[in-house]
Amino acid sequence: MTRTPHSRLFGRLDGDIAGILLLAALLIVVLPLGLDIFRLNMVGKYLTYAFVALGLVLCWGSAGILSLGQGIFFGIGGYCMAMFLKLEASSPEATKIQSTPGIPDFMDWNQLKALPWFWEPFHSLTFATVAVVAVPALLAFIVGLAMFKRRVGGVYFAIITQAFAAILTILIVGQQGYTGGINGITDLRTLKGWDIRTDEAKLVLYFVNAALLIGCILLCLYVRRSKLGRILVALRDKEDRVRFSGYDVANFKIFVFCFAAALSAVGGAMFTLQVGFMSPSFVGIVPSIEMVIYCAVGGRLSLLGAVYGTLLVNWAKTMLSESFPELWLFAMGALFIGVVMVFPNGLAGLYQQFIAPRLGRLRPRTGGGAGAPIIPPHTAAD
Amino acid sequence: MSSDKIDADKLTGGLPSPLRRKLLLGMAALPAIGLLPRGALAQALPTDAVNTTKLAVTDSTVKVGILHSTTGTMAISETGSVQAEKLAIAQINEMGGVLGRKIEVIQEDGASDWPTFAEKARKLLVEDKVAAVFGCWTSASRKAVLPVFEQYNGMLYYPTFYEGLEQSKNVIYTGQEATQQILAGLDWVTKEKGAKTFFLIGSDYIWPRTSNKIARKHIEMHGQKVVGEEYFPLGHTQFNSVINKIKLTKPDVIYASVVGGSNVAFYKQLKAAGIDLNKQTLMTISVTEDEMLGIGGENIAGAYACMKYFQSLKNPNNEKFVAAFKKMWGGESVIGDVTQAGYLGPWLWKLTAEKAKSFDIDKIAAASAGIEFTGAPEGYVRIHENHHLWSKTRVGRARTDGQFDVVFETADLIEPNPFPKGYQ
Amino acid sequence: MFEGYSLAELGSIFAMQGFAGLILFSVFVLMALGLAIIFGQMGVINMAHGEFMILGAYVTYLCSNFISSTAPALFPAYFFIAMALAFLASGALGMLVEWAMIRFLYRRPLDTLLATWGLSLILQQIFRSVFGAREVGVVLPDWLMGSVAVTDTIEVPINGLFVMGLTIAITIVIYAVMFRSRWGQGVRAVMQNRVMAGAVGINTEKVDRYTFGLGCGIAGVAGSAFTMVGSTGPTSGQLYIVDTFLVVVFGGAQSLIGTIASAFTISQAQSTMEFFLSGSTAKVLTLLTVVVILMLRPQGLFVLKVRR
Repeated sequence: MTRTPHSRLFGRLDGDIAGILLLAALLIVVLPLGLDIFRLNMVGKYLTYAFVALGLVLCWGSAGILSLGQGIFFGIGGYCMAMFLKLEASSPEATKIQSTPGIPDFMDWNQLKALPWFWEPFHSLTFATVAVVAVPALLAFIVGLAMFKRRVGGVYFAIITQAFAAILTILIVGQQGYTGGINGITDLRTLKGWDIRTDEAKLVLYFVNAALLIGCILLCLYVRRSKLGRILVALRDKEDRVRFSGYDVANFKIFVFCFAAALSAVGGAMFTLQVGFMSPSFVGIVPSIEMVIYCAVGGRLSLLGAVYGTLLVNWAKTMLSESFPELWLFAMGALFIGVVMVFPNGLAGLYQQFIAPRLGRLRPRTGGGAGAPIIPPHTAAD
Repeated sequence: MSSDKIDADKLTGGLPSPLRRKLLLGMAALPAIGLLPRGALAQALPTDAVNTTKLAVTDSTVKVGILHSTTGTMAISETGSVQAEKLAIAQINEMGGVLGRKIEVIQEDGASDWPTFAEKARKLLVEDKVAAVFGCWTSASRKAVLPVFEQYNGMLYYPTFYEGLEQSKNVIYTGQEATQQILAGLDWVTKEKGAKTFFLIGSDYIWPRTSNKIARKHIEMHGQKVVGEEYFPLGHTQFNSVINKIKLTKPDVIYASVVGGSNVAFYKQLKAAGIDLNKQTLMTISVTEDEMLGIGGENIAGAYACMKYFQSLKNPNNEKFVAAFKKMWGGESVIGDVTQAGYLGPWLWKLTAEKAKSFDIDKIAAASAGIEFTGAPEGYVRIHENHHLWSKTRVGRARTDGQFDVVFETADLIEPNPFPKGYQ
Repeated sequence: MFEGYSLAELGSIFAMQGFAGLILFSVFVLMALGLAIIFGQMGVINMAHGEFMILGAYVTYLCSNFISSTAPALFPAYFFIAMALAFLASGALGMLVEWAMIRFLYRRPLDTLLATWGLSLILQQIFRSVFGAREVGVVLPDWLMGSVAVTDTIEVPINGLFVMGLTIAITIVIYAVMFRSRWGQGVRAVMQNRVMAGAVGINTEKVDRYTFGLGCGIAGVAGSAFTMVGSTGPTSGQLYIVDTFLVVVFGGAQSLIGTIASAFTISQAQSTMEFFLSGSTAKVLTLLTVVVILMLRPQGLFVLKVRR
C-alpha cells in the first residue's frame, strides 16, 4: 500500500499525540493549579534541563552519539540571553554610581572602560535571540565537522566533548572582565522593560517555557518520524551499511549534533530568564553528565520520557537534598548505575513493559514515536 | 524541612562528620560573653510592635535561616561557619534569646551549587519568612542570592573575607574586605622584612585577581616592584614550573592567594622544591587554620597569613569562645577566620534588633550602623554605614602544629572601604 | 625575563625546569597507566579512576596515623608499606567492582562511562561520610621532604625523584607482566579476540577481573604517591580525571607506549608553556592543542588497530 509521506508521518500518531496531550495537560493545567509560584518556578527550571535531554534523545538515543558536553551549549545559550538582559539592566542611569556608567557592574570592577566589541550586538533582542540558537549550532557544526568527517565516534567523541567543557569553563572563569568570571552574570532584571523577577512574570515565563518545550517535542517527533529520523536510527545500529548505501553519514551526524546543541541552547536561555542569572557552573563536565542522566532515566529513546525523567530526577534531588543531603549523592550514583544496568530503557522502557500492554487492552494501540520501542540501543559498534 | 529547635541532639544533626557528635553537656555552663547592653532586652515587647512585616515571629520564638553547603566541594570550608553560627545561637538562647524570643533555626543546604543557593534563599525568605539568614561562603553564592535578598527584602550576614566591590542594604559583611586584609599586611612586611620585590600567585578567579590588583597598586605606590603575577585554574595541582620561576626571580616576598585543592598542592610542592619558608618570606591571604588541616603544619610553617582573627589570639573573649566551641564541636576543632566571622553574625543581629526594638528588616538595616560588639573573639568590631565591619588586621606566622603565632596587630581598627579609590 | 643572569644560572634554571617537566611527565604516566590498561586492554572507561587514586591516598593516611601511633620506629619506611596496602586496597575494590558491575557492560563502553561515573559519586560520598568533608593531611617521613642539590645551583625535589623512580619501576613491572609473562599473553589474547582466547582455554573472566584489579591497583599506588604533592579529600579525585583521560586517548588507547609518549608530549608542552606564559593560559592552550590534534588524528599517536 503506498502511503503518502503525510500519512506515513501522521498516520500512527494517536499514541504519540495522546502522550503529548497528557504531558501538556500536566504542565499547563495540573501543575500550575497544584503548586505555588515558588515550586512552579522550580519546575520551570527543571523543564529547561528537559530541552537538553530532548536533544540527547535525538543525538544519543537515535543516532548513538553521546555528548558529555551539552552543558557547553546550554551555557552559551544562557550566556547570550544573559548578556542581553545584563546590558538592559546596565543602562547609564541605573549604573551611575560606577566609574564607567552604562557597562555591566562586573566590567566596572575589572576596570574595563568600554564595552568589549563582542558585547555590542547584544543590545538588540533580535540579535540575542538569534545568537542563542546560532552560536551553539555553529560551534557544534565546527566540532561535528572535524570529528564526524574523520569518523571519530563513540567513546573518543565523548571524552573530547568533556575536554571542551573543561576548556570553556576555564576560559569563562579566567576572563572575568568579559564574562563575569566564576560569579557568572547575575542580577538580571527586565526584558524590554518587563520585570522578570515578579511572581506574575515567573508565571508567564513558566507557560512560555512549557509551550516552547511542547513545540520542541513536536519538532523532534517530526524529525524522528521523517526519513532523516530513520537514517539516524540506521546509522546508530549499523553505520557501515548506511555508508555503503550511499549516504554521507557524517552530514547526518553533524545535523543531529547541531540540532541537539540548538535545543540545549534554548533551554539555557529559558533558564536565564526564569532563574535570573547564568554562571559557568552549568557549563562544565559535572552538569553535562547530569543532563545525560536525565535523558537516560527517562529512556534514551523516548522524547516524553526525557521530560518525565528530568522532572523526576530534579524533583528527587530537591526533596532529598532538603531532608537527607548526604543520601542524595548515594541516590544519584545508584541512579546512574541502575539506569545502565537494570533499566536501560528508563521510565519509558518500564512503561512499555508493564503499563502499555494493559492499556493496549483498552484500545488499539500502536507504539513507536514518542514512546520507546524496546530495542536495546547498544550494539557492539557502540 | 528541618526546623531545628535548639536541642542537644538536633544541633549536631545535618553535619557530615560523625566524629563530632558530642552532646551539649555544658550548655548551661556557657560563660557570659563580654559586655552586652542588657537593658534593651525588653521581655515585654509585643509581637505587633516588633514585627510589622509578617516575619516568622511569635511571642516566644523567632525564626532564622542558616544557608551553607553541607555537601559538595564547599562543604569542607562551610562546615566551620555552620558550627559557629549554631554556637552563637545556642548561647544567645541561653541568655533569653532576642527581644525575649528564642531563636529557631531552619537550616538549608546550598550543595555548593549557586542556583540552589538562590532557590533556598528564596524559600527561606518567601516560604519560611525568616528574620535573618546567616550564610554563603563563596562570592559566587553571595552574588547569586543577592538579588533574592534585595527583591524580598531579607537580611544576610555574610562571613567570608572577600574582594569588596559590593555594598547592599540587605547584607552585613562580617568578614573583611580586600583592602582591610591586604594593605596592613603589605605595610608590615615591607617594614619588618624590608621587602622590595613581590611575586603574586593566585587561583584564577575574581577574588585573587581583585586582591592582587589592590596589592599591586599598593606595592607600586610605595616604590616596590612586582616581579611576577601568575594565575592557575581552580583545581590545578602541578606547580613545579611556577616554583622554578619563583626561584629564578628570587622575590623578597611570595604573595599567595591560592585556594582549594591547589592550596595543598602548592605548599607541599614548594617545600619539596627546597624553599624553606623560614628563610623565604611568604605571605598569604587564603590560608586559615581550616586550610592548615589539609596542608599540614609542617609544610607551611614559617609562612605569614593576614587575617583579622587567629585561634591563638590571647584575649578573654577568644579564650572563652574557643573553649565553648571545642566543648560543643569537639576538642580537635580548629577555628579559622571565616568561622569566627560566622560567629559574629547572630550576635550582631541580636544587638541590632535590640537597638531597633524590632525585627523588621528596614529597621534592622537602618539601625545597623554603629552597632558595637565587645564580646567578639577577635576583640571588638563595629558595623560601618557601608555594612562592613571596623576591625583590626593581624599577621600570624604558621606553626607546625597547625596554629598561628600572632606577630603583628594593627593599632587601630581599619575602616572598611569596599570601593577603594585609587586602587581601582 | 632573563636579563641579569649569568649563563650558568640560566643553565641551572633550565635544568631545573627540565626536571619539573620530567616530574610532571612521571605524574601523568602514573595517573594514566592504570587507566590505559583498563581502557586500552578492555575498552572500559573508568570514570571512577580518580576515586581509586584517592582510596590509595586515604589508605596512606590511615597507615601514616596507625604506624606513627603504634610503631614509630617504622615510620621512615611506612611509605612503602602504605603503597603496597594502597595497591591491594584499590586492586581489591577494583576486582569487586568488576565482578559486580563492569563484567555486564563490556560491549557497551558508553554505558560503562555512565555507570562508573555513578560509582565515583558513591565513592566520593563514602569518603565524605567516613573521613569527613575536610581534606586530611598525610604526614610524610623526613627523608622524602626537601630537595637534593645535584650541583651547586640545581636543586631537585626529592619526592619528584621518588615519583620518577616509582614510575620507572611500575612501568618496567607492567612491561614485564604484559609482554613477558604468560598471563600477560593471556590478557593480550583476550583483548584481540575474546572468543578465540576463550576457545583455547584462557579463563577470560578471570583475566578481565585481574586486569581491572591491576589497573585500579596502579591507580591506588599513584594516589598514594600523590599525597606527597597534592591534597587528599573526598573530591580530590576529580582534579585528575580530565588530564588522565586526555593523556590516554591522545596516546592511542590500546598502546601503552602511546600512553607514555603522549604523557611525555603533554607534560613537556604544559610545563614549558607554564614557564613562559601564565598558568591558566598554559592549561587552556595545552588542552586546546591536544583536542585539535585529536580532531585531526583521532586514533591518537600510536595505534594498533583503527577504532571508531
